[in-house]
Amino acid sequence: MRSRVELPWRRRLPAPAWALAAAVVLLLLALNFGALGAVFWRAEPGAAVFRPADWAALRFTLVQAALSALISVVLAIPVARALARRRFAGRRALVVLLGAPFILPTLVAVAGILAVFGRNGLVNQALAWAELPGFSIYGLQGVLLAHVFFNLPLATRLILQGWSRVPAEHLRLAASLGFGPAAMWRHIEGPMLRQVVPGALAVVFLICLTSFAVALTLGGGPRATTLELAIYQAFRFDFDLGRAALLALVQAALGIAALLALASFTLPAMAMTGLDRTAPPPPGGLARWVDVASITLVALFLLVPLGMVVLRGAPHLASLPAPVWAATLQSLKVAGLSVVLLALFTGALAMAALWSRWGQMLEGVGMSALLASPMVIGTGLFIIAFPLINPARLALPVTALVNAAMALPFALRAILPALRRAEADHARLSTSLGLGLGAHLRLVLWPRLRRPAGFALGLGAALSMGDLGVIVLFAQTGGETLPMQLHRLMGAYRTQDAAGAALLLLALSLAAFVVLERLIGGKEPHHAGT
Amino acid sequence: MLELDGLRIEQGDFRLSATLAVNTGARVAVIGPSGAGKSTLLGAIAGFVPLVHGAIRWQGAPIDRLAPSQRPLSILFQDNNLLPHLNIFDNVALGINPALRLSADQRARVDQALARTGLSELAARRPAELSGGQISRAGLARVLLRARPVILLDEPFAALGPALKRDMLDLVQSIATEQGATLLMITHDPGDALRICPQTVVVADGHAAPAADTKALMAAPPPSLAEYLGPG
Repeated sequence: MRSRVELPWRRRLPAPAWALAAAVVLLLLALNFGALGAVFWRAEPGAAVFRPADWAALRFTLVQAALSALISVVLAIPVARALARRRFAGRRALVVLLGAPFILPTLVAVAGILAVFGRNGLVNQALAWAELPGFSIYGLQGVLLAHVFFNLPLATRLILQGWSRVPAEHLRLAASLGFGPAAMWRHIEGPMLRQVVPGALAVVFLICLTSFAVALTLGGGPRATTLELAIYQAFRFDFDLGRAALLALVQAALGIAALLALASFTLPAMAMTGLDRTAPPPPGGLARWVDVASITLVALFLLVPLGMVVLRGAPHLASLPAPVWAATLQSLKVAGLSVVLLALFTGALAMAALWSRWGQMLEGVGMSALLASPMVIGTGLFIIAFPLINPARLALPVTALVNAAMALPFALRAILPALRRAEADHARLSTSLGLGLGAHLRLVLWPRLRRPAGFALGLGAALSMGDLGVIVLFAQTGGETLPMQLHRLMGAYRTQDAAGAALLLLALSLAAFVVLERLIGGKEPHHAGT
Repeated sequence: MLELDGLRIEQGDFRLSATLAVNTGARVAVIGPSGAGKSTLLGAIAGFVPLVHGAIRWQGAPIDRLAPSQRPLSILFQDNNLLPHLNIFDNVALGINPALRLSADQRARVDQALARTGLSELAARRPAELSGGQISRAGLARVLLRARPVILLDEPFAALGPALKRDMLDLVQSIATEQGATLLMITHDPGDALRICPQTVVVADGHAAPAADTKALMAAPPPSLAEYLGPG
């Protein structure tokens, strides 16, 4: 066995920082594995308990996730190809827009989709004008539409990264050797897609596997219920904790299996790369028109629903009822607390992971939130808390804690690589200059960390602001967050108030992201041209 | 003859101009400081960099409106000359048939090119299974197979050790001589230029100077080149 070589300049973490990291590790282990343990303990096993409706929920969960992944990725391929090989005004803005669904609250997107594809939406109005039969968005088709809205941009960005990693020399070689579309597909595009597409499919499948808010608003009914929705229904309608726990156990098993499958695929890093490469001139003719159509359709698919949220919500923003403003305050509290916890968790784990021999293990603890969905964790926490305290009293701290834990894997993925690169580049210089830990953090690490940290915390704030997950298990009347209040308004057909609340939620989520990203991340450093 | 007539290239703040001629069959080194525009110049000749002004002619006929694959030239880049998922035989065969549906005659020509570059035994291997020198040879085998009258080398041997690089330069020289090809080769090493290129183009200060005798140039370099070469 090889013994570890301790380099003489290796930096060590002071004891208080170690204590904080240990506390964070214990809290995360208790949260993730404690909740899973509670679910496991409370679950009532046996086919007699797993009713036909539960089997239907399991089947629907798998079918909708598979179809959502397939449709999103198949549609993303021509869009990513068009973005990779065309240069046009607004291209960068469109690539940024493709990142917007990350921070877009699910219910806002649903409100936008309903405005376009709903019973009184633009599409059905156009069909009625043309005297053609309308269609209903509720059911599998609505769930798929919403999932494609969220995941087509994600799949496009993943595949675009794959395209941007094709060496420029290969594109030039193809141009130099006169590759036609068939040879281009066979030698350049096909091999790249074979590497990227399975990972993209797995990511979208995993995301859609835990679909709750979309299924709650556009699905529902025995034929369009996901496992997550079935857990909520077991709580809300039957208060059957045993059945909720059993469903949560199945959901957790599915999620872990999908996560293990995902681990075997390579995913390209998500960054704003591939935007500045000089490639040979793109093909003209039919290929040009296919590219134009792909870009136009995806831009319309994303922009029209968002535009409708703004247009329909703006006139009603000023006349929102008082409960909406109370819910807004509650959401701000949840998001604020969640960001503070996220910063604490990320900082403690990242530093400890960087400077200890247990770096991989600590990173693994931070990632462990991926093992279970918020609804599964919420179910477990509810089971633990219910005999001891009124769960409604824990709604705010538990929601903030779960949101922070759920955002932690993204934050660690953003920060740890930057931290490790900075350390690899400058640790020896810093040590040779005699910089202490404080000066090292301030002068060496923070300048390299502040941008990914700003992004991660902004993302955490926006996700928490728009979250409609664990809060629905804990909160009672009077303790709603803004997404919960929006859901109630939509359910009560108070369309004008719902439109105003959707716009308010959209504005707050975007503002939370932008403000934190700018405040912490600072301005983008100016790079001299090369 | 390859003629660059009043060439002007602009990329952001970067400007490069060139007016020069290279005789058919000549071997010319392109030398100059990093960032001076050597790769940009070769990229313009190959059709990858747009011209703001000027013309490129081969044997009197303009080629600057032709697609890269229609130009009478083969180019080797510094990296990524081979596709990682194809074996060496197919990578070389791409030079004459991108669909890789080869006739018996074409297969024989690929075999010949591989034999000429000493790669017959490695034809079934993928690039990841080859050394740096073998990868360079495979790139040269494709250049040999394409038999275009102009060969552009954008420092494809920069990462090789001195002995291996000498072997490659000798191979390039013999291929260019056999085919009567015109060679333009970017290098940072005056020794490379002296070894196989009787003429040298200096690219510096936004300008590519006409080709001059390499030995004379190295003996009494102009200020821009002297600064780049350093004392001694």
